[in-house]
This record gives sequence, structure tokens and C-alpha cells, in this order.
Amino acid sequence: MNKHCTGIRRLRTAAGVMSMLASGLVAADELNMRVGVTDISRQVYDLHMLILWICVVIGAVVFGAMFWSIIHHRRSAGYQAAHFHENTRLEIAWTIVPTLILIAMCIPATRVLVAMYDTGGEDMTVEVRGYQWKWQYKYLDEDFDRTFSFFSTLTTPIEERHNLSAKGEHYLLEVDEPLRIPVNKKVRFLVTSEDVIHAWWVPDFGIKRDAVPGMLNELWAIVPEPGVYRGQCTELCGKDHGFMPVVVEVMPQADFDAWYASKLVAEQERQQLESMVFTHEELMTQGEAVYTKFCASCHQPNGQGVPPVFPSLVGSKVATGPRDDHIRLVLNGVTGTSMQAFSGQLSKAELAAVVHFERHSWGNNTDDLTQPVDVANAAASN
Amino acid sequence: MSEVVEAHAGHDDHEHHGPAKGLARWLFTTNHKDIGTLYLWFSFTMFLIGGVMALIVRAELFEPGMQFVVPEFFNQMTTNHGLIMVFGAVMPAFVGLANWLVPMMIGAPDMALPRLNNLSFWILPFAFSIMISTLFMEGGGPNFGWTFYAPLSTTYAPDSVTYFIFAVHLMGASSIMGSINIIATILNMRAPGMTLMKMPLFVWTWLITAYLLIAVMPVLAGAVTMMLFDIHFGTSFFNAAGGGDPVMFQHIFWFFGHPEVYIMILPAFGIVSQIIPTFARKPLFGYDSMVYAVASIAFLSFIVWAHHMFTVGMPLAGQLFFMYATMLIAIPTGVKVFNWISTMWRGSMSFETPMLFAIAFVVLFTIGGFSGLMLAITPADYQYHDTYFVVAHFHYVLVPGAIFSIIAATYYWIPKWCGRMYDERLGKLHFWLSFIGVNVTFFPQHFSGLAGMPRRIPDYALQFADFNMLSSIGAFIFGFSQVFFLYIVIKTIRSGKPATDRVWEGAHGLEWTIPSPAPYHTFTHPPRITDAEAHS
Repeated sequence: MNKHCTGIRRLRTAAGVMSMLASGLVAADELNMRVGVTDISRQVYDLHMLILWICVVIGAVVFGAMFWSIIHHRRSAGYQAAHFHENTRLEIAWTIVPTLILIAMCIPATRVLVAMYDTGGEDMTVEVRGYQWKWQYKYLDEDFDRTFSFFSTLTTPIEERHNLSAKGEHYLLEVDEPLRIPVNKKVRFLVTSEDVIHAWWVPDFGIKRDAVPGMLNELWAIVPEPGVYRGQCTELCGKDHGFMPVVVEVMPQADFDAWYASKLVAEQERQQLESMVFTHEELMTQGEAVYTKFCASCHQPNGQGVPPVFPSLVGSKVATGPRDDHIRLVLNGVTGTSMQAFSGQLSKAELAAVVHFERHSWGNNTDDLTQPVDVANAAASN
Repeated sequence: MSEVVEAHAGHDDHEHHGPAKGLARWLFTTNHKDIGTLYLWFSFTMFLIGGVMALIVRAELFEPGMQFVVPEFFNQMTTNHGLIMVFGAVMPAFVGLANWLVPMMIGAPDMALPRLNNLSFWILPFAFSIMISTLFMEGGGPNFGWTFYAPLSTTYAPDSVTYFIFAVHLMGASSIMGSINIIATILNMRAPGMTLMKMPLFVWTWLITAYLLIAVMPVLAGAVTMMLFDIHFGTSFFNAAGGGDPVMFQHIFWFFGHPEVYIMILPAFGIVSQIIPTFARKPLFGYDSMVYAVASIAFLSFIVWAHHMFTVGMPLAGQLFFMYATMLIAIPTGVKVFNWISTMWRGSMSFETPMLFAIAFVVLFTIGGFSGLMLAITPADYQYHDTYFVVAHFHYVLVPGAIFSIIAATYYWIPKWCGRMYDERLGKLHFWLSFIGVNVTFFPQHFSGLAGMPRRIPDYALQFADFNMLSSIGAFIFGFSQVFFLYIVIKTIRSGKPATDRVWEGAHGLEWTIPSPAPYHTFTHPPRITDAEAHS
């Protein structure tokens, strides 16, 4: 009986140790760089581990010697000081040995870097364009009719950010529409920006590049595993720098092709909307959606903005004044301020809806309707 | 030696007068000791202001979600924390130490250009008043990071950026004047027999630092002037739409910025090279190689700037050059660390507060050096760049690096400055609080960086929560232990036990041959340089 108990206790202890080790391993996963899923990201990870271990070994030797000395060469232990103050051979040795270690580190580092710069031979190209504070993905094709683009913006509700509701699993790392790419294809990314410098990073692909206005930077990835991969903007780009995640969904080829075809159809429908006429209710619904995605981060969901940088729209001169001036301001932006030109970002139907929404919300109540054709006219008389 | 001291102490009595009374003493002073004191108190004030900003940042990051501040204000806090700590705390503290110590170490009566010295200090309070006042202006203060990358700092900047530019110009002018003064003093005012290769390491490191400052401060002034022109006079230096290049800003900034980070560490090397031999009771190992290592690091600092920009999209050849050049820095830096350890080796060590801070400096600065080496590896840098790994790296070299060396210097020389000993028990307590605080704050940031947390974000994804909470706790421990430091310093000045002239058993150098506290005027007659007091 007694023996039995001891056995169980031992087993329990062993199980406890095992679970501790297991949780340690889980923790270790969060402690280190992600291995990622691409060939490049694995090579980068190996490089990282190589340098890390070299540093750990050097550190152990150097600090070991130092602490040995601290313990033994103490005055309180009665140690008498020696008086040497140079040793040429030793000094030459500790100059040459680190040099050799550095050369040994350079070789694999150079190899990986050269591989990363091999941007040719791509299967498809996506333009990644940074905006304050969202990403635009444009699928490029030699046939212009097979080209389309969309914006990818944060969907984490403001209530979660302000701790008014529980935070979801992908808090701050979720978007309305991710970048979609096919599995096992070499995808080339052309990275640029519309306003300030952003940086596009997908840790699991091992790629990061600055999005610089006026410059096109190249990146590439071949992703062997379907899945959703999450990253963030990594260059300070203003107020909502922390709120413009990068989400990439890697799809099996067939799924990707089907999605691509559906996007082309949707693009055609979107263009047809330009000639339609909408009711007040339709404009308000559509306008609220556009406002939430494109305007609310500065002008706030309640329209009150953050004066003086982001003006309030409630009863403002623009939102209650002449309609065409309002349209033109949204189309062209305001130079020297954060107010962007939205003519290239939104369709005429979306512009009409959002202008209409702004003119009929938060107590604003003008007696006009704004239709896509009005936007076209205002743009023409620009 | 004692005869020399007595001779000029007697001399003071009839030919020189003491300090003026009241505020006028500090406003019009040309005395290197007074100006050194002004610099040190100014720098400590800035250290506390910058520290409060850091604590606002850490309080916000304690938990995920927006708690205390809005993102606009958060960005102003990170930006001003960086600017104030770099230009207001670390640099003026080193200039203050140079003012106090360089003349006393080389046997000079004062700095070479005393009136310039007064001006270079008194510019600073105005520069920082202007910069901090922008926080209360409409639209807020600088919010574009201490690196103020265009076009975020030009086209997209708050209106107050013009005040910021003016403040940077003033700081630059102050630094340039201070450096000219230090170079003129070291090259012209050494006592007979104090040859260059006999100078204390602190003087050597400052001589080289001063040349770095003169070389790069005008570059910074050029960068902010171009910003000013882009903002107000219609130029397009950094505006792509007008044919300019935002990346050019980064090249110019980091051509200043990389030597700048060594400006903040070379004098620290000097301080540690003074302190370790004293408490090891053994001469500095490898004096000559220390001097050459500092000179090599200074030279290399001019050809590695683009390692801050590996992700901007440079050609492969450029990336390789900057990777190799950056890795080279590890060699002279390694030599220095090996020399410090060899100085300790077979010494007769005791561990008073300055020595504790100096040893912590060697260990923690080396850890910062290791992460620097990792960051130099370009392909791996793509994963580290602009994450908390970088934040951890540069705080390891700046806080337990530069700041610890300044604290160590304060404990080491304060008995000479005010003639009173600090409380050793409290000093040690301050050390352990700082040591624990700094590591709890910054070590976890390596992990959150590797896990993928970008820097300069006011809110973060849930997987980073644990490390951020830990980091914030550490930051508050570190922050409050510096208020404790203030208490220790004030207690020392008011009621510390009288210090001896030599202060430390193992101390060598001219500053220890004069009485404690150091008289208002010292070395009005040049001292005789003996082997005991200078490197031989």
C-alpha cells in the first residue's frame, strides 16, 4: 500500500514536471522569433538562432571569466592586486578571434540576403499601397480588365479598443478584407505609399519593406501552406499607426481562382452603380458603411472629430453648406493637412453616399440628395 | 604632491575671489565647476521630465486597450521622451562631467573659453522650454518619433514643428560651442608633462566625442533646415510629389544619428575606464588599445549609418556594405570589454556603489552589444526592424549603458565636488533597485519584439500582454528609484560625512590631489605630473 502510494506520488511528480516542461516549451515559442512558413523565413530563423547561440557562448565565456574574478579577486577575501597592465599576445588574440567569428557569420548572412533579393520569375504581382491608416491591394494584370483593387482596414470595434467589451482572439489583427494570394506561387509585391512612410510586414513570410511615397520597393514570397497570416504596419505613420494590420489569406489555387473571378464581377457591378439613382435610405446605409471605414478614424463615429487637427462635421460649414463644395473637398482633399483626396480611393457611388450621409447625420439636415451623377458633375466642374 | 596643493591653495587666498552671491553667480558664471553643476542639474531635471513621459507610455501599455491617453498624445510622449532623453538628459550630463573633470584631470585652471562655456549652457534651458512648450500648443507637439522621418515631420506635421526645428538648432549650437571648448581645452591647456598618451581615458573619450559632435551637429542642422524650407518656403527636398526623396532625409538623419549614438556612449567608456581600475586597485589594462579602440569606433560610426535603414529598399551591394561595416564595430568594442575584464582580473576588488554601476555597465552594455550584432545581420534585421527588439537593444546600451555610467560618475566624483560622502547603504540600495528595474523593464522587450510587436504603437494584440505588463512594472520601479537617487544626492550635499582628498583608496589622477571639496579655482599654477597620477 505504502509502496503503491509512493509510486503514484512519483508518477504525479513526473507528470507535473512534464507539464511544466510542456508549458515551458509553449512559452519558448512566444519567447523567440517565429519560424514562419516560407523557405526564406526558415533560413532567417536559422540565421537568427546561429547568431544568438554565438552571442550566448561568447557571453558565457566573457561573463564567466568576469564573475569568477569578482568572486575570487576580492579585497574582502584578502586578495592582493597584481600589477600587469598589458599583454600583447593576448590583445592580438582577442582582436583576431572575433574577426574570424564575424567572417564566419557573414557567409550565411550574405547567402540568405542574396536569395531574398531574387525577385524575378514571379507568377503574379500585387501592388501594396499604404495610406493613413489602411492598406490598398491592387492585383496587377497585363489585361487591364483583369485588374482590381480594394482597401483592407481594421475591423476591431472601437468598444473593444476602449475596454467596453471583451477583446476578440484577433484583437487589432483583423481586417474587413485580407490580401488573398494562391499557395505555392511566387507572388511579387510592389510596396509603395500614398502619403507618409509605412512598412509592410508579414512575420511568417520573413519579409518586411518600407512603403515610401514616390518609390516602388520589391518583395516576394512563395507560401507553401494555406492559412491566415497576420502582421502590422511597422513604421510610425501618425495617429493610427497601431491600427493598420496586415492580414494575408493564402488559398488553394482553385479557391483563389474562384475568388479572383468573383472580384472581377464585383468590380464590373461597382462600375455600373455609377449611373444609378438611389433613395435617401439607400444612400444613408451605404454612406454609413463608407464613413465608418474611411472617415471615422479622424472625424470620429459621432462626427465630432478631434479639433483642431481633425475638424468636427457636426453643423460644419462644409457639411451644411453648398453641396458641390462639400463633394469637391472630399474629392481633392485639403493640401497640407491630413485630409486625403478620396477621388482615387472611392467610387462615385461611394462618394455620393458618404457625402449624403455626412449631410444628414448628427443633426445635419440639408434638403438635398447626393447621387453618383452629382459627384461626376462636381468633378467635371473642378 | 601635497606641496603643490598647499602652494596653490595659499595662492588662492590673496589673488582670487570666490563665487558671486545669489542668482548672478549662476547666470554670469564662467567657472567650469559652476557650469558643470548647472549642466548636471539641468540634465537631471530633463531626465525626470523625460522619465515621466516614459511612464505615461508604460502606463498606457500596461494592458491592451486604450486606458489613459489618446493615440495622438501617446505619439507626442514617445517622441518627446526620446528627444528629451537624448538631447536634454544624456548629452548635457556628459558635458557637465566634462566641465567639472577635464580641467581638473589635465591640470588646467579652467576651460579654454569660459564665456563661450556660459553661453553654451544658457542656450539649453531656452531650447528645451521652446520644445516642451509645443506640447501645449494647438495641434500638439512633435508626434513623429525622435527620428522625425519626413514627410510625417514635414507635410503631415503639426504646426508646432517650426518651434521644434528652432529648438533643435539651438541645441546644436550649444553642442558645437561646448565641443569647441572641450577640444581647445584638451589640446591647449594640459599641464606641462601631461602628454596626450598620459591623459586619463575620460579625457581621451571626450576629445574624440567632441570631434564627432563638431562633425555631425551641422548635418542635423542641415536636415532640420531642409525641413523648414519644405514646410514654409515651397521646396521639395523630402517631398516625392515635388521631385524630392523622403529616403534622403533618413540618409542625412542617420549620418548624424549614428555618430550621435556613439557620442552618448564614448564618454561612458571613459568613465568606466576611470572607475574600474580604482576599485580593482590595479592599473587599466591595455591603455593604448583602449585609445585606439575608441578612435576606431568613432571612425566606423561614420560609415555604418544605413544599418538603421535596411528596410527602406537599398540595392543589394549597399545592404552588404553596411552589414559588413556594422559587424566590424564588434571588434574594437570587444577589445574594450576584454580590457575592462582584464583590469578586474587579479585585482583586489571592492564593490562600492560606483563600482557596482560600472560592473553592471560592462555586463548590460555587452548584452546591448550582442543584440546590436544580431541587428547588423541584414536578413535577420528584416524581422527585428522597428519592433520592440530594437527598443530593447537601444535601451540596453543607453540606460544601463550611458545612464548607469553617469550615475556611477556621480557617486564616484560627488565627494570631490561637494566634499561629502554619499550614504553607501543607500547608494547600494539605489543600485539594486535600478538594476532590477532596468532589467525587468527592458529584457522582456526582446521577447515581445521577437514575437512581432512593432514599436511606437499605443495598443497591441493580446499575445504581447504579459511581457508588456512586466515591462511596465519594471519601468515604475526604475523611475521611482531615480527619485530616490535625487534624495541621496541632496542628502549627501546637505549632511554627508566629510570626504578625504583622495576619497578612494585606489584612486589615481590629478583631480584626487586637490582638496575635497575642490576649491573654486584649482591648478592656477600647473601641477607636476608624476607617474602615480598619470598613465605612464
